[in-house]
Amino acid sequence: MPAACSISAVWNAALRTWCNRMSTVITVENLGKKYLLRHQSAQQPYMALRDVLSDGVRNLGRKLLGRGDASARSAEQEEFWALRDVSFEVRQGDRIGIIGRNGAGKSTLLKILSRITEPTTGSVRLKGRVASLLEVGTGFHPELTGRENIFLNGAILGMGRAEIKKKFDEIVDFAEIERFLDTPVKRYSSGMYVRLAFAVAAHLEPEILIVDEVLAVGDAQFQKKCLGKMEDVSAKEGRTVLFVSHNMGAIKNICSRTLLFSSGMLALDNVPDVTISEYMSSGFCQNGIWVNPGDNIIVCNKMRIDSIKIINSAGHISGDIKSTANFSIHIQITVNDNGCLDAQIAVRVTNQDGIPVFTTTSTDFTRKLTNMRNGTHKLKVPVPADFLPPGKYSIIVAAMKPGEELYDHVVDEICFVINDAGNHSTLFNDGRIGVVTPLIRWDHLFEQGITNERNI
Amino acid sequence: MEQPEILIKPGMGALHYWRDIWRYRELFFFLAWRDILVRYKQTAIGIAWSVLRPLLTMIVFTIVFGKLAKLPSNGVPYPIMVFAAMLPWQFFANSLTESSNSLIDNSNLLTKVYFPRLIVPAGSVIVSMVDFLISGVILCGLMVWYRFVPDMRVLLLPAFFMMAFMASLGAGLWLSALNVKYRDFRYVVPFLVQFGLYISPVGFSSAIVPQKWRFLYFLNPMVGVIDGFRWALLGDAFPVNWPGFALSSILVVLMFAGGVFYFRRMERSFADVV
Repeated sequence: MPAACSISAVWNAALRTWCNRMSTVITVENLGKKYLLRHQSAQQPYMALRDVLSDGVRNLGRKLLGRGDASARSAEQEEFWALRDVSFEVRQGDRIGIIGRNGAGKSTLLKILSRITEPTTGSVRLKGRVASLLEVGTGFHPELTGRENIFLNGAILGMGRAEIKKKFDEIVDFAEIERFLDTPVKRYSSGMYVRLAFAVAAHLEPEILIVDEVLAVGDAQFQKKCLGKMEDVSAKEGRTVLFVSHNMGAIKNICSRTLLFSSGMLALDNVPDVTISEYMSSGFCQNGIWVNPGDNIIVCNKMRIDSIKIINSAGHISGDIKSTANFSIHIQITVNDNGCLDAQIAVRVTNQDGIPVFTTTSTDFTRKLTNMRNGTHKLKVPVPADFLPPGKYSIIVAAMKPGEELYDHVVDEICFVINDAGNHSTLFNDGRIGVVTPLIRWDHLFEQGITNERNI
Repeated sequence: MEQPEILIKPGMGALHYWRDIWRYRELFFFLAWRDILVRYKQTAIGIAWSVLRPLLTMIVFTIVFGKLAKLPSNGVPYPIMVFAAMLPWQFFANSLTESSNSLIDNSNLLTKVYFPRLIVPAGSVIVSMVDFLISGVILCGLMVWYRFVPDMRVLLLPAFFMMAFMASLGAGLWLSALNVKYRDFRYVVPFLVQFGLYISPVGFSSAIVPQKWRFLYFLNPMVGVIDGFRWALLGDAFPVNWPGFALSSILVVLMFAGGVFYFRRMERSFADVV
């Protein structure tokens, strides 16, 4: 029966490839993206015609003088691989978390997947409609009303008119903005704005959903609702979700698999627990200082985080902090805009399990946005002693106008270690555990005699 | 439901481009609709601007060229002669101004969402068409006022409108793509529009250009378009110089084809540069 055997083998092989093709929705092969960095006028990606003309004249001059211009050119431009040799496959219904530090290539990958920019090498095969939520409220027009923006934003995200009409009531319900439907969105509070934007996006029905940092803004309750919606979308309806976030808790909750990127390469592809602990424990700058290397492709030129420092109670820069001593986080920011900006600077400290321990902002007490004039700003965030239990922590700093614009952010570029210095509690070994371990002064009233609680 | 597979590779952007444009037609209309809605928000007299601007320009031209300079209008009321030319010229000038900035104004979309970028400048041209239609109504009003009746040739007007459309979109594509890369063009465009108004026969008839220069005058493609409009609307008083018109038409087609080609070539890098 050799003939029959070979026929069934061929059939099986065909069946297997067919099955694979059915369920694989994204195939990425040797993907790479190269940027040319211009050093001379590093501030602007676009050129002025003047520069082109003057460069041309200069090169012509060099040629006439007999000097080569090749070296001059390479000195001004430098190659930079934002993404290199990345290969992976995603199956239908997978929920993939993508993590990595700033500039690791996450956003570049998403930009290629959503066809905003072309790769330099390699290929991607996508099956199904791709929708990306790269930033909340993309394409919202401030002068238009909520109703008009729902249609506009829906169209931008790839929905048809009929589809939007069908879901219109659902979207309005989800966003909780019925009363303001005919008010221009420029009069919305930032919370309402974000809610409306996410509501439109949440009602997309793509086969592949790409989400990048959408949940960075918005109130906590709404975030929960959005995360729930995303889980629904992927688990119940078999959609594929690619989720880029620095919120390790959310990644753990939602994702079934996590990709870790590091300097443009895919460093690890595993279940979230493994990948997150690898991410949290490797490659951090731990000497208590981070300085902006200036090679980042900056989100926005208006505001830049220059440096972050951890200063211990003795006033020295250090990444090793005693648990019984206070310390502070120092942030230096340069504002370069015509005039000044209203901003909020936020600091979040995350522990080694990826759980955000606390978030504090420059507006905690002022209750209005911080006025940031042109120039250099130095901000100091004091952290009390005995507050954080021993362990390793990383810091996220973001400068933004809430709900509108993210000026700059630095994620997990700097971390510090709290060393057990034996505080009062450890004297008694009283099992003081928790995400935070503050010392709290108790009130203790004492009355002589027997108190009968029931009579009170 | 079987989903089409999308392949992303270097240099692959071109594959299904025209099919994609069709698929994104709703976005195209939504963007144009947004620009029309937003246009006159928070203005006191709103849409009246679309009526006032061409009307005032026409009055000034009639006074300066018709009354003061006493240029000929071949028996047609001067305001009507001016307005027949204002129609295509204003359409061209507005399209140019709007579309050259369109990509930069929409840069937040370009860097975040995929769609064929061509629909952005094309949308701006559509918005200018609204002004064109409003001006068309004003022209009808003027014709009624002066009791001027166009003949059957007016049926050929759509053909000349197509020519104006191609010229506008062609130039718009060039300038919008160039503007992304070289921001100088945002200063070039207002100058170009102002300059063009004087070297095109808007306030006067192309018949006053000396015979020996007449053919060369059509190197400005808008001369062909404007003469076509006048011929179709005003009749025998404005005969068309057909060799010159052919030259203008060829230039318009070249400008349009070149614009599409250049735009398509530059488009790939828009998101990285803008």
